[in-house]
Amino acid sequence: MSKLLNTSSLSRYDHQIISQWVEPGSRVIDLGCGDGSLLKHLQTSKNVSGYGVELNPAMMDKCIDNDVNVIQFNLDQGLGHFDSDSFDTVILSLTLQSMRKPRILLEEMMRVGRQGIVTFPNFAHWRNRWQIAFGGRMPVSDELPYKWYNTPNIHLCTLNDFHTLCDQLGFQIESSIAVRADGKQTIGLKTMPNLFGEIALCRFIKR
Amino acid sequence: MTNTDQELNELVEPKSVRFDEVLELESSGRLDGYTLVYETYGTLNHDRSNALLVCHALSGDHHVAGRYDNSGKTNGWWHHLIGPGKPIDTNQFFIVCSNNIGGCSGSTGPSSVNPATGEPYGTEFPIVTVKDWVYTQTKLSDYLGIAQWAAVIGGSLGGMQAMQWSISYPDRLRHCLLIACAPKLNAQNIGFNDVARQAIRTDPDFHDGNYYQHQSAPARGMRVARMIGHITYLSEDMMGQKFGRNLRKKAKFDYEFTPEFEVESYLRYQGDAFINKFDANTYLLMTKALDYFDPAADTGDDLVKAFEPMKADFLVVSFSSDWRFTPERSREIVRALQSNKLNVSYAEVTSPQGHDSFLLKIDDYTRVIRSYLNRIAREPRPCSDLLDKGEQNV
Repeated sequence: MSKLLNTSSLSRYDHQIISQWVEPGSRVIDLGCGDGSLLKHLQTSKNVSGYGVELNPAMMDKCIDNDVNVIQFNLDQGLGHFDSDSFDTVILSLTLQSMRKPRILLEEMMRVGRQGIVTFPNFAHWRNRWQIAFGGRMPVSDELPYKWYNTPNIHLCTLNDFHTLCDQLGFQIESSIAVRADGKQTIGLKTMPNLFGEIALCRFIKR
Repeated sequence: MTNTDQELNELVEPKSVRFDEVLELESSGRLDGYTLVYETYGTLNHDRSNALLVCHALSGDHHVAGRYDNSGKTNGWWHHLIGPGKPIDTNQFFIVCSNNIGGCSGSTGPSSVNPATGEPYGTEFPIVTVKDWVYTQTKLSDYLGIAQWAAVIGGSLGGMQAMQWSISYPDRLRHCLLIACAPKLNAQNIGFNDVARQAIRTDPDFHDGNYYQHQSAPARGMRVARMIGHITYLSEDMMGQKFGRNLRKKAKFDYEFTPEFEVESYLRYQGDAFINKFDANTYLLMTKALDYFDPAADTGDDLVKAFEPMKADFLVVSFSSDWRFTPERSREIVRALQSNKLNVSYAEVTSPQGHDSFLLKIDDYTRVIRSYLNRIAREPRPCSDLLDKGEQNV
């Protein structure tokens, strides 16, 4: 799941923001944890404990090398593996867009945890709009490098779409930030995040 | 992954230790004393913190690594996993593997001579359980001066034994590796075991288990038992790939009852090879130990509760094509460990080789084992008060 997006420059920045949203010493689960670097960061900087979930066999030993507990299974099968209310924070980082049933997964996240953190590529970014509006083609970008026929990203959404779904599910958005992949802050990003944000980061709880 | 794998330079030799004490067994049976035969590889470090205990499976023994001679035919059963630079690295760890009591490879078992009678125990040998094995291994640990194992590792029945260690003696191990394992047998598993037992016990050469006195062995029964066991260790796909419907050295059927298909002659060969190296009474005992294993039986069928005493960190590994102990059985274990908020990593390795995968060299599997063992080796060593505590536990 780590290679769904091109995240080389982004991931560190992404981790910094997520880290601010996680309580020290809390229980965390990272869904689609890749090589476990986010959890490792949280374990070292915030003394959290918990598990990473990852499907890719090439990532198992990397997580273990990172001293991260990793559980290998497919998130499309739900979170039946985990007890209700067993985590303080459930993280789904850059993975939502590849899930078969994102809505059910979000509900499951709020079953097993108190607070959810979801990050995803914002499909309403102006460059994507431009490619569709004027090029007449499905967008291909640094963040979404695939063609329409081979992309694992089957459920793309915009920041506004995500807010609407959270509302329908009875989730209260606690924080919502849009960022550029390079981490630069601009005025446009602050005033029109759905237009200028490449990656969206949302933190929510049960209402 | 790495090209650093080497072989142990020296040939290995089994050692043995005798415990002259009455052993009260879970089955209410007793032994007036017992011998454990074991092997070790690598060197125990100064603070005795680098010891690993490997538990063998149904038909395994204490010869897990190294070799007895240079013939190339005496490699240990986890030869590719254990050695200098191998995933379980003898340069870093001191590795111990013992033959379980009831076995037939040197530890006291049904084919051993009963000192009270001067005859082999035969059916006089009491039923032994996984708990009994773990208890006798604590005696071996004390004898070797190991208060706490860095890890207890096992596959299949050996995994159940490792699990029992972490329940019964949580202070005596820091890590536990459960490979191709299950929290208990299901009805299908027990059914297969009983077919094997019936094959042996109904063989006219069984003589109610006292075949030693008749200079015979229930060879036909053992062969059938091993054949059915072997089928359950492989996967349908693997058997299809390996044998298909191929005929043996001919193009057409003979319409006879001699072995005609490749798969028939392969299974018969496996069965025959087993007769000469394994004792039928031991096979009966081992399958019973498997059937009885059920840690949740003491906690109202609640595995989460059964795991409450555990303190170790866990690595659980299952194999996609294992239908004897399916990945779902390992997930049961993982879920119960998670519910106890224990540290656990779980790898579900894709492999076509069925239950036997745990004995084989499969890249995704050995990489995980190597990483996990490196993690153990990296850890700070336990403080000495913990070591003292371990000794008091005895």
